[in-house]
Amino acid sequence: MQPFTKLTSRLVPLPTRDIDTDQIIPARFLKTTVKSGLGEALFNDWRLQPNFILNQPRATGASILLAGDNFGCGSSREHAPWALLAFGFRAVVSTSFGDIFRNNSLKNGLLPVALDAATHAALMERSVADASLEITIDLESQTVTLPDGKSVGFPIDAFSRSCLLAGVDQLGYLLKQQDRIAAFEARA
Amino acid sequence: MPPLEKKTLFEKIWDSHVVYHETGCPAVLYIDLHLIHEVTSPQAFQGLRERGLPVHRPDRTLATIDHIIPTRGRSLPGFRILDPQASRMVTELRDNCRQWGIELYDLNSEHQGIVHVIGPQIGATQPGMTVVCGDSHTSTHGAMGALAFGIGTSEVEHVLATQCLLQTRPRTMEIRLEGRLQPGVSAKDIILAVIAKIGVSGGVGHVFEYTGSAIRALTMDERMTVCNMSIEGGARAGMIAPDDTTFQYLNGRPSAPNGPAWDAAVAKWRTLPSDDGATFDQAVSLDASRIEPMITYGTNPGMAIPVTGPVPDPAAVADSGQRSALLKALEYMALEPGRSLLGHPIDVVFIGSCTNSRIADLRGAASVLRGRRINPRVRMLVVPGSADVSKQAESEGLAEVFRAAGAEWREPGCSMCIAMNGDELSAGQYCVSTSNRNFEGRQGQGGRTMLASPLTAAACAVTGVVSDVRTLLG
Repeated sequence: MQPFTKLTSRLVPLPTRDIDTDQIIPARFLKTTVKSGLGEALFNDWRLQPNFILNQPRATGASILLAGDNFGCGSSREHAPWALLAFGFRAVVSTSFGDIFRNNSLKNGLLPVALDAATHAALMERSVADASLEITIDLESQTVTLPDGKSVGFPIDAFSRSCLLAGVDQLGYLLKQQDRIAAFEARA
Repeated sequence: MPPLEKKTLFEKIWDSHVVYHETGCPAVLYIDLHLIHEVTSPQAFQGLRERGLPVHRPDRTLATIDHIIPTRGRSLPGFRILDPQASRMVTELRDNCRQWGIELYDLNSEHQGIVHVIGPQIGATQPGMTVVCGDSHTSTHGAMGALAFGIGTSEVEHVLATQCLLQTRPRTMEIRLEGRLQPGVSAKDIILAVIAKIGVSGGVGHVFEYTGSAIRALTMDERMTVCNMSIEGGARAGMIAPDDTTFQYLNGRPSAPNGPAWDAAVAKWRTLPSDDGATFDQAVSLDASRIEPMITYGTNPGMAIPVTGPVPDPAAVADSGQRSALLKALEYMALEPGRSLLGHPIDVVFIGSCTNSRIADLRGAASVLRGRRINPRVRMLVVPGSADVSKQAESEGLAEVFRAAGAEWREPGCSMCIAMNGDELSAGQYCVSTSNRNFEGRQGQGGRTMLASPLTAAACAVTGVVSDVRTLLG
């Protein structure tokens, strides 16, 4: 897993709420036995509209998706973060995330950043109007630096944060607990 | 003496499954039962191979093939899966199960079926257990009084490797339903009404416990329908306290305890229900006697209305985000606000999915169709949830009712709920579906889904338009 430390990037605004993982990657693209190569499938059906944001020049080279509330609800498919990463995104900014999507993202180095509603709405409005707008996400300090220079915090559990900063996956921690797991199994 | 701590059902199961909890880290939670299927497991097994790790507890792992398999022709000689990608996934699951000694309910198994139908049906899912699967509708198993939730493929790998997951403790929400359901109203209407009330993100970060007299009165098949759609309200898990209904359902099933072990198990299970005075982080309640047959008009399961009610008008929605979501949904669905859906023509009816493909669901649909024919312009698929359900439906004469009415009686699988196996809508078609998701394109690119109960779906099949099943009940 690629470490996540600090990221400065332009934004791709997608001001729709409740975007489900079926939109992020439709089910027919899940017929694969590998994790790679899913970037082309990202938002496949929405990309059929020529003016969809991912088809616009501003999406090229931008690595932060700015999405509406409750991003990634629905299906547990981890293909959703795999597809977002393959397309080039490293972070998704919203006000909230589907629980399973959030978990899956953290395990793949895709950072879900939840901002308060007012900050999110103001950023969305400016971002829709200005393709050159940039923000900086600093995981070490758990802050987002907005275009006006103001910094706001975002929540992330300490464990996921340290895993992301170091670029290590979470299975390593579990494997270190094997003696405790064996003891639990012996008790049960 | 200090008073004993009052615990909820969730808290009892959680606390008894924490292997280790280091400060500043998520808990290491032990998983009793891991269900796997062909779509979300291959990359997890690949991860194990790359690390040189074995499957820690194949005996706590159960596999089935459900998402991508055809639902007809499987018993014909020379049958094979024509879709090369689907065929490769099935082969890979078979190989992985064979390599690690994992029990697989393969296509020819008498227990093959949708993962969330077979777990409870064979008695593998039991009260007090932790159950996970790489599928968001794992919440279904909470109906047995288990803590059951969907996970991603990385977590599938974690469970395969250690039988544990790293989990942050969720909050709890009580969803209380008191009162008696009206005729023509079923479990599907309950859960659609709940989600319409709390919204699709209402349960984020929470585990639901469904309580109240209306829940207690439900059969196990009905409870599974309710718990199944917890994820559509944003909650990873939904649970119902085990009671005599649960124990009667489980007794005698192949994987359930038997003999003296049965009595010991029941005694233990009777301690699981939430203690009087236990508190939830949030609570909502609904009057079950006022719930009407429900149907969705939009592109998420929260966009649901009583079938007699008007489609909401975006102009009347104050929140701009909600308003634009509604406008987008109505545009996709090509529906007008302010009018009832009653009389709206439909093209397809799908009865099936892990929400509504159990024997009680098929009995309900058949009760409407018996002695009737479906409208000639409607295509109707009835897809049983498992080989056992299929056999039962054949023996009760339900399959014949469906066939005689003009419906296609299919073989078990996920089918048109997720449209990965060739069973799908064409662009623009309207489908009244007993499945769980009306997302854009869920049942086929450009397809338009209206979620409803098996009773309502059957009524719509007969009339060819959106209908109130109560007008067809004798």
